[in-house]
Amino acid sequence: MSKLIRMDHTGHSTVAEWTSEDPAAVEAAVQSFRAELERGYLAMVSTGPGHAEQVRELPVDADLVILRLPISGG
Amino acid sequence: MGAQAQPLDVLPETEGVHWRPRVDAARLRRVGSLWTLTTVAHVVPFLGAATLLMVLQPLALPVAIACIAHAWVIPELYAQRGANVLRPRAKAADEPERRSVGLLGDLVGHDARELHARTGLVLEPGRLGPWLVGEAGAVLLYGRRRRRAFCYCIKVDGRALAATGSAQPLPSGDRIAHLLLALRADEQGFATVANLTFAGARWRLRRRMPAVTRLAVDAALRGLDSASRAPS
Repeated sequence: MSKLIRMDHTGHSTVAEWTSEDPAAVEAAVQSFRAELERGYLAMVSTGPGHAEQVRELPVDADLVILRLPISGG
Repeated sequence: MGAQAQPLDVLPETEGVHWRPRVDAARLRRVGSLWTLTTVAHVVPFLGAATLLMVLQPLALPVAIACIAHAWVIPELYAQRGANVLRPRAKAADEPERRSVGLLGDLVGHDARELHARTGLVLEPGRLGPWLVGEAGAVLLYGRRRRRAFCYCIKVDGRALAATGSAQPLPSGDRIAHLLLALRADEQGFATVANLTFAGARWRLRRRMPAVTRLAVDAALRGLDSASRAPS
């Protein structure tokens, strides 16, 4: 089961869950993903130890996609 | 959105600071040298004035001592400013804190998790050097034997958070996870977006840090092999 989670004031919230064998769940996850990007979130996936990558389309085969907010110098 | 035009391996936030040169090893060396020169320019005149006063009029000893104190205090104040980037912020409620730390734990390895539990900081190996990531900033230990510390103030953009409709602050684990993911995606971009607060001697920074967070510096110096980057 793949997950799309958003880091927020609750710790994190699960926005969508899907398996690649379930086209309806994938489509719902894609819609949710786009909606979160519209809200200003950035999507990240881990690409190996110590590496992460920003994605602009939902990687359906990823186990975990994390939505983060932009950062800025304090 | 303008950020869409940027390559995916470049942090989109760098577009907001387009006037800044992208940080790389050469730039770090240059900034470090400039920082040392600036420190010398602050310290030497005070020490010179103290010496001159004593030569001209030994009765001016109190003024000479004040000059020496200035020469000591100014670099210390800069180091304190650097250490402040790793200072923990106000905690959220217990449940969000627990959930956020759980997520952070999923992103790092066992040793890094343990270190975070003890110090509140995450040790993250980078190509430029080991990073200590806190809730509102990060420190890069750089150079031969990691003798120079670059302290960066960087955090989740408050305007972006407000734009999501949430007025509540993020819990500590999420604050660190935001910085960690950005650092992992584009280390140089991360250092470019962040505001530099200190680029001086590691020993000077370490002395200004709370005892518990000094453990994280020590862990970084012990070697990165023991601090796994992520679960396999």
